[in-house]
Amino acid sequence: MIPDASGTLLSLALLQLHLGWSLLRLDPLDGVKSGTSIFAPAGTPAHTIFGLSMLVLSICAAIFVIVGGLLLFVLIRFRQHPSDQNSEREPAQIYGSTQIELSWTVIPIIIVVMLFLATTRVIFSTQHARRPVESLDVTVIGHQFWWEYRYPKLGIVTANELHIPVSNPATPTPTYLTMSSADTDHSFWVPRLAGKTDLIPNRVNTMWIDPEQAGLYLGQCAQYCGTQHAKMLLRVYADSPADFAAWVEHQKQPASQNPQAAEGQAVFQHNACISCHTVAGTVATGKFGPDLTHVGSRDTIASGAVPNTPANLRTFVDNPGHFKPGILMPPMHLNDHDLDAVTAYLVTLK
Amino acid sequence: MATQSPVTAVLDKTQASQPPRLFLATLHEWVTTVDHKKIGLMYIGYALFFLVVAGFEAILMRIQLAIPNNTFVSPQAFNRLFTMHGTTMVFFVGMPILFGFGNYLVPLMIGARDMAFPRLNAFSFWVSAFGGSLLYFSYLGGDGLYGAGSAPDVGWFAYAPLTARVFSPGHSTDYWTLAVLLSGIGNIGTALNIVATTICMRCPGMKLNRMPLLVWLYLVTSMMVFVAVSPLTAAQIMLLLDRYLGSHFFDTQAGGSAVLWMHFFWIFGHPEVYILVLPAFAFANEIIPVFSRKAIFGYPAMVAASVGIGFISLSVWAHHMFTVGMGAGANTFFTLSTMVIAVPTGIKIFNWLATLWGGKIRYTVAMMFSVGFLFQFLIAGLTGIMLSASPFDWQLGNSYFVVAHFHYVLVGAILFMIFAAFYYWYPKMTGHMLDEKLGKWHFWLFLIGFHLTFDFMHIPGILGMPRRIYTYEADRGWMLLNMITSSGAFFQAIATLLFVYNMVWSYFKGPIAGADPWDAWTLEWSTVSPPPAYNFATIPTVESRRPLWDLKHPEDPDTRYE
Amino acid sequence: MSEAVAAIIPHNADEDWKLPSRGIVGMACLILAEASIFIIFVVAYIFYLGKSITGPTPHEVLTLPILTSICLLSSSATVHFAVSALHAGKQSMCSLWLALTVLLGGIFLAGTAQEWYHLIYHDGLTIRTNLFGTTFYSLVGLHASHVIVGLFMLALALVFSLRGDLTSRHTERLEVLSLYWHFVDAVWVIVFLVVYVLGR
Ligand code: HEA
Ligand code: HEA
Ligand code: HEC
Ligand code: CUA
Ligand SMILES: [Cu+2]
Repeated sequence: MIPDASGTLLSLALLQLHLGWSLLRLDPLDGVKSGTSIFAPAGTPAHTIFGLSMLVLSICAAIFVIVGGLLLFVLIRFRQHPSDQNSEREPAQIYGSTQIELSWTVIPIIIVVMLFLATTRVIFSTQHARRPVESLDVTVIGHQFWWEYRYPKLGIVTANELHIPVSNPATPTPTYLTMSSADTDHSFWVPRLAGKTDLIPNRVNTMWIDPEQAGLYLGQCAQYCGTQHAKMLLRVYADSPADFAAWVEHQKQPASQNPQAAEGQAVFQHNACISCHTVAGTVATGKFGPDLTHVGSRDTIASGAVPNTPANLRTFVDNPGHFKPGILMPPMHLNDHDLDAVTAYLVTLK
Repeated sequence: MATQSPVTAVLDKTQASQPPRLFLATLHEWVTTVDHKKIGLMYIGYALFFLVVAGFEAILMRIQLAIPNNTFVSPQAFNRLFTMHGTTMVFFVGMPILFGFGNYLVPLMIGARDMAFPRLNAFSFWVSAFGGSLLYFSYLGGDGLYGAGSAPDVGWFAYAPLTARVFSPGHSTDYWTLAVLLSGIGNIGTALNIVATTICMRCPGMKLNRMPLLVWLYLVTSMMVFVAVSPLTAAQIMLLLDRYLGSHFFDTQAGGSAVLWMHFFWIFGHPEVYILVLPAFAFANEIIPVFSRKAIFGYPAMVAASVGIGFISLSVWAHHMFTVGMGAGANTFFTLSTMVIAVPTGIKIFNWLATLWGGKIRYTVAMMFSVGFLFQFLIAGLTGIMLSASPFDWQLGNSYFVVAHFHYVLVGAILFMIFAAFYYWYPKMTGHMLDEKLGKWHFWLFLIGFHLTFDFMHIPGILGMPRRIYTYEADRGWMLLNMITSSGAFFQAIATLLFVYNMVWSYFKGPIAGADPWDAWTLEWSTVSPPPAYNFATIPTVESRRPLWDLKHPEDPDTRYE
Repeated sequence: MSEAVAAIIPHNADEDWKLPSRGIVGMACLILAEASIFIIFVVAYIFYLGKSITGPTPHEVLTLPILTSICLLSSSATVHFAVSALHAGKQSMCSLWLALTVLLGGIFLAGTAQEWYHLIYHDGLTIRTNLFGTTFYSLVGLHASHVIVGLFMLALALVFSLRGDLTSRHTERLEVLSLYWHFVDAVWVIVFLVVYVLGR
């Protein structure tokens, strides 16, 4: 009976390894291009960690196979035979053996030292990496439940969608993130680019990322920060140098003043919106919510929760809790007419 | 099934002729009791009740997570669920059940008639029990005067500043702190009792190096409670001061530090997990030898390893904080200290292996659960090693991989050993055997459920799924895995219900156990089942680690080898 | 089930078997646990030294409580004498020493009360003022609450002693209590060093 148990256990474990492996190496299902598997690294820190992970994983797997195998053998080999059921005979009593015990103390020590040295190298190579001349600085501030990004040297403030240049291995241009929080703890985790780092109020942390290919990298907040922790999603756009330059140029512009959206702008400015949101070049200078200067140019709203379409915008402004219940933006109770106007205005903020 | 010990005597006839008693009288007796066995049983019953409650909360979470974008529960309800589930499982299931067995077994195993401080014992139990009730009162009574019911939703480690008044208004967090504070006081009281009992109440001849390993492990666990639970108590006092008197310990706006709370919590939190697992090791140390029919291999090494684990575990707490931005030096230190724990833990695994080696293994249900424990603890330990490599943890930390790691220990190792302990000691506690056939159903269903749930839970973590999210998008590739994970929870639920049924059924209908149904070797099996209030008619004297073995095998007693 | 059957392990009467007293072991455990609590508060105090955003600072408002500290520390000696006296069966001496202990402890408490009064009403430092206030009141207050508990117990012992209910049979109990009191004193040494010497 029990040999079956352990057999099942072992084969389950092997099956899991196999299944897991094929799952992990593939880009996740449904044709999504940018998965979040830590085993599909796309930047230096993620690569280094991946290398270490494989080492640790294989050593642990080896230990599992050896110790688990031994265990299985013992459990089968030394089971009580049915013929033996009623015999009073007890097996030989063995109380210990210093030699053997010493060996299974020393061997694990050696393994531990190995693992430790390998780990230390990765810790230092990531945390104490030399910073190249060409690099970008971004300040990341976590908010309940959205991300604020500031580019101090470029004078850009944006939210929720982080644009950075790809980093060419020949001339690396990594992005250095200086991170803090405006309220509770958060954590910045884009698995394909790097490990996570927490954003903690009253404390400054740093990390760096250097995507090697243009594209969108997903992630999400990885430290429980309140009701909508689940929908504090991360989107990192790695742009080619030209695209990035164009993006920067665009973001530096003040908000567009489209006369056709003047009515919406008026509604926006006569409501509390301006006490929480900034639209550069207007009276709206609030800091509590995301900067909306170029909200129209973003792909998603509400920290990646839904695509940025006029319909979604309208629903969101009407009832922010619709997509993210518990969100900190209150419903403003605008009438249909004003809602349409504000939506039209937001759409023009390209 | 078992052989009676060769030296038997008619012991006690008082119990047989008691008149049936009124319900109220019985209740009164239990509420006012200071008998360590009754208190132990109350601890156990109370823990089982909360196991079902917290397990039910787990089921609700798993239903919510089974499919993407589910709206089975609201975000806030989900956050409350995992907070209540984690807090309940750790403080109101894990701790009381272990202390329950400790209370019951330690005096019996050292040949004592009661604990050192029987009244303190009762006090500790009732304080903890009150803590648990208070926690759940939050669901009913809620915000007191201020509004509707509100369970805490800050997570079981309640990171600052989420617990501050600004971010957590109302009283939900107060329920959490007070409940945890109370349970901590109860735990310290019981630990004190266990230490004093072990040191001061041993029967003649029971030298320290002759104590059953279970007693040793409870001694180590209890010592750890003093140095681990007290910091938590201190931190809770600070949090209460912050919330009620407006002090600024964890107030980041006034220069306070959120990281300080993390340190304080994990200085408790890490040793706590060993506090929970050492008693599980303790059960294994008693059960595995008896069903292998061999003495434990390397008794001194087992003791040394436990003490070693106790000490090392005090220096590893920051492995829960690899992502808070500690310097490379600190990360390196905590990586090393954490990995070092593999050495004494390995010694234990190998000594159990050696105990089995050459034995005559009897697969009773208790032993089956122990075997499950061995495999699962091995895997859980190894995933722990992966997490302890700090860069690997930068990826895995706070993901479902961590959730899988710790459930592998908490369920796969600890809960499995608790089940084993029930099958092993239930006959002693009630005088009736648990049904082995139902037990096997329980084992297999739970095993399947466990592996469905927690094997597959590792993978979403690797695929980037963070923990504590109430829902996720369909396009992330986590759907199938979550589905499988959730389905396993139902197997576990059915198995647990079977187990509860088995206990109730066997209490009335189970075969009579007799004093020593497993042909075991420690002192608790030398008295009747259930033991009388005074435990032993005459206080025993021992000359070796396995007094009953000596009695049964006068030709080859242990005394020769020690 | 009228005949319950069990093995009886023979009792070997002539073995010499002596174990430590449970009162003392229990108190040692309690002290270990309490010491851990104090360590956490001390760590918090040291961690927040100089981190307050606003004043007042320790240097501006704290004065060394030398006299009261001497009182508290000497009460450790007096309680010790009380135990010795009781052990020797001198009950009235014991009462005397106990009374002195309670008096010295009371002076210490009064000193703390006065210090707090001054801090609150003259210097405007409360637990909400800044991190210094937070950590100061909680650490010193935690200690003071232990002094209060100890004083209460000692006063109780004194009452028993005066009524003549405390005899040399109770030496061990009084000793356990005195252990607690020594601990409270030892903690004060740490608190004094951290708050008034290191922190000022
Ligand atoms: C009883 C419970 C228990 C136990 C025993 C353990 C045991 C271990 N745990 Fe686990 N752990 C938890 C419960 C437990 N853990 C919980 C609850 C959390 C999460 C808390 C939360 O965030 O909510 C957690 C989280 C956790 C983390 C933090 C993850 C994160 O949040 O980022 C880490 C990181 O290092 C870790 C490591 C370890 C290690 C190294 C061990 C070791 O003790 C394991 C040692 C055992 C072995 C290694 C196997 C046997 C040894 C051999 C066969 C010898 C040969 C082996 C080698 C040489 C490697 N654990
Ligand atoms: C001893 C500790 C322990 C135990 C035994 C368990 C047992 C289980 N746990 Fe738990 N868990 C924790 C400790 C534990 N857990 C901790 C500390 C956390 C972290 C919390 C936090 O993040 O703050 C956590 C978090 C946690 C999460 C993560 C939540 C999140 O991060 O979002 C999940 C999700 O699947 C989960 C699932 C389960 C399941 C399915 C079981 C199953 O094994 C449960 C099996 C038992 C039952 C199923 C009960 C059976 C009986 C019934 C159900 C009766 C039914 C009644 C009627 C029908 C009337 N647990
Ligand atoms: C009390 C503060 C507050 C007020 C008032 C407020 N908002 Fe917001 N707003 C927020 C917060 C906070 C968020 C971020 C929500 C999230 O994703 O968690 C937000 C997000 C948004 C977004 C999505 C931004 C993005 O990049 O995803 C839009 C659009 C928006 N608000 C428009 C408005 C409009 C229009 C009004 C007025 C009618 C308004 N807000 C009033 C706080 C406010
Ligand atoms: Cu931000 Cu979780
Ligand atoms: Cu830990």
